[in-house]
Amino acid sequence: MSTPSSWALRESATFDRAAIAAIDNAAETGLYDIRGWGAKRALPHFDDLLFLGASMSRYPLEGYRESCGTDVVLGARNAKYPLHLDIPVTIAGMSFGALSGHAKDALGRGASEVGTSTTTGDGGMTPEERGQSKHLVYQYLPSRYGMNPDDLRKADAIEVVLGQGAKPGGGGMLLGQKISDRVAGMRTLPPGIDQRSACRHPDWTGPDDLAIKINELREITDWEKPIYVKVGASRPYYDVKLAVHSGADVVVLDGMQGGTAATQEVFIEHVGIPTLAAIAPAVRALQELGVHRRPDGVQLIVSGGIRTGADVAKALALGADAVAIGTAALIALGDNSPKHEAEYAKIGSAAGFYDDFQDGRDPAGINTQDPELEKNLDPVEGGRRLANYLRVLTLEAQTIARACGKAHVTHLEPEDLVALTVESAAMARVPLAGTEWIPGAPVTGY
Amino acid sequence: MDTLTSTTTSTTYDLGETPLREVNAALHAPGLSGDFVITGPAGAHNVACGLNAPVKVTVAGHVGYYAAGMNQQAEVVIEGNAGTGVAENMMSGSVVVTGNASQSAAATAHGGLLVVHGDASARCAISLKGADVVVGGNVGHNSAFMAQAGRLVVRGNAGHGLGDSLYETRIYVRGEVASLGADCVAKEMGPEHLEELTGLLKAAGYDDDPATYTRYGSARSLYHFHSDNVSAY
Repeated sequence: MSTPSSWALRESATFDRAAIAAIDNAAETGLYDIRGWGAKRALPHFDDLLFLGASMSRYPLEGYRESCGTDVVLGARNAKYPLHLDIPVTIAGMSFGALSGHAKDALGRGASEVGTSTTTGDGGMTPEERGQSKHLVYQYLPSRYGMNPDDLRKADAIEVVLGQGAKPGGGGMLLGQKISDRVAGMRTLPPGIDQRSACRHPDWTGPDDLAIKINELREITDWEKPIYVKVGASRPYYDVKLAVHSGADVVVLDGMQGGTAATQEVFIEHVGIPTLAAIAPAVRALQELGVHRRPDGVQLIVSGGIRTGADVAKALALGADAVAIGTAALIALGDNSPKHEAEYAKIGSAAGFYDDFQDGRDPAGINTQDPELEKNLDPVEGGRRLANYLRVLTLEAQTIARACGKAHVTHLEPEDLVALTVESAAMARVPLAGTEWIPGAPVTGY
Repeated sequence: MDTLTSTTTSTTYDLGETPLREVNAALHAPGLSGDFVITGPAGAHNVACGLNAPVKVTVAGHVGYYAAGMNQQAEVVIEGNAGTGVAENMMSGSVVVTGNASQSAAATAHGGLLVVHGDASARCAISLKGADVVVGGNVGHNSAFMAQAGRLVVRGNAGHGLGDSLYETRIYVRGEVASLGADCVAKEMGPEHLEELTGLLKAAGYDDDPATYTRYGSARSLYHFHSDNVSAY
């Protein structure tokens, strides 16, 4: 694509080049676009919030001197062995199949180095992943690919997945290019076919059933493991309440910026709500149930578009107990790196734009099952890079927390935040900067 | 456990007096062997789930959801009806229901044998991944939906949408099929299928003439996305 030099030419805001390309592709192939990544459109996000650092009315902590805790305990409500993580940043569920073995290996190494958890995905648990992960969360998905009770017992926590932010209400898909013999074997599928994951669990419907299902998982694992429930953000207030009523120890809430390995573009961009808009209703639900920020309560993990320590701190300030990263973790491993620019060009993409995770030709060796491409990712080096990145996220969050006078990052609170836009103020339920105004909230004064 | 009754041949737990947690924990003991009887289930959920030992467990009465869920190695007999998801995700061993089973019987089961001597409700053998299921009576709608591997035998009739979006599970039905789901078709019954079916029926305690059954399987036309198939998606 090129930008014309003539000032007389005007591109349509409605039918821009991306819209024209999508229509052209649909007309040519008769198929909708399937891609990876999460929502690419501009959305209200954590960038629209700012922290109010301490000054006269608040007392800051000394950076590099006074400690600021970062540890978090997840799932102490029912589990004999809750997760004790050193940092409040976890690695989100991503499947072996969507990701290469090297990528899963690197995620485990990086997470373990800094004392946090990683998560399996649709496709089961690999021995490499279990071996490299100090804390491993085992996803229990509608497809139940590779689900077996031995792996359930090996897990440190179990995550019942109802949906994800990129596609609330949709099942997964893994196109034939990535169904290698090993992936097919783990999923009990013929190699090379386009695999369709179910969007609903096969043996329960609704929260009353889920309560029984969660108890079954607890019984099978002798009440040792925390049980998470993961939902894609759409109706977080109700979904979180129902998840708690169903017995969840931890709720994972994934906003629409959350990534996917392969989903219809129309789904990614038009279903679900932004992460920023999802947190406050979820926290309100937990607060109304009396389980928010209590030792025996239900923890909230928020994901979808976390990039920096500021994003981490803002999510915690709004009420999350921890965050999860997926896309950012892959970028830390080398996804979309300029060093692969020439290889991206060969497949019609570019560094910073590559999202065809579904076709399995990722030159970074991450979103692929090609053994040659996989060699482009050294799992040891990838693990080191991820650990570095997780440390930076933590240090950044601590820096902000200290500036706000907090001795622990989870002591951050909505009162520490203001919003830059009316929309973000309404969504995050914090006042517009320089005012006391929270759109939609009852008017109160000092 | 004060309600535990041991004899030389079996150990009995009364769920009317002993909490389910204690019973399941006892059945998860390392190195477990022998025969066990669970009385007074009264429709309890999650009875005898997560077993992983070569034991025989008899449940004397009706059970609720997920009885014998994720079973490994054990032989479980339910003397009564079973609720949703009996033998869900079973890996090995066997589960026998003498009465009827509710929906999603043997959902996602990877191995072993489930026998339901009565009827099984909707979504029987949904997403089946390698187990064998023999139903003495009828099965409800959407049975074997997205079933990937294993065999489903129905001695009676099948409801609407049988085998919808089927992968490689083989289905044998003796009676009528209300309708077939997308990509599920009747297939020729070869000698190997007659032999296979005879073996499955025998394992379940039946001696029907396999030639009275029809075999159904995947047409494999939906294995790749294509706009020509849009009416089937």
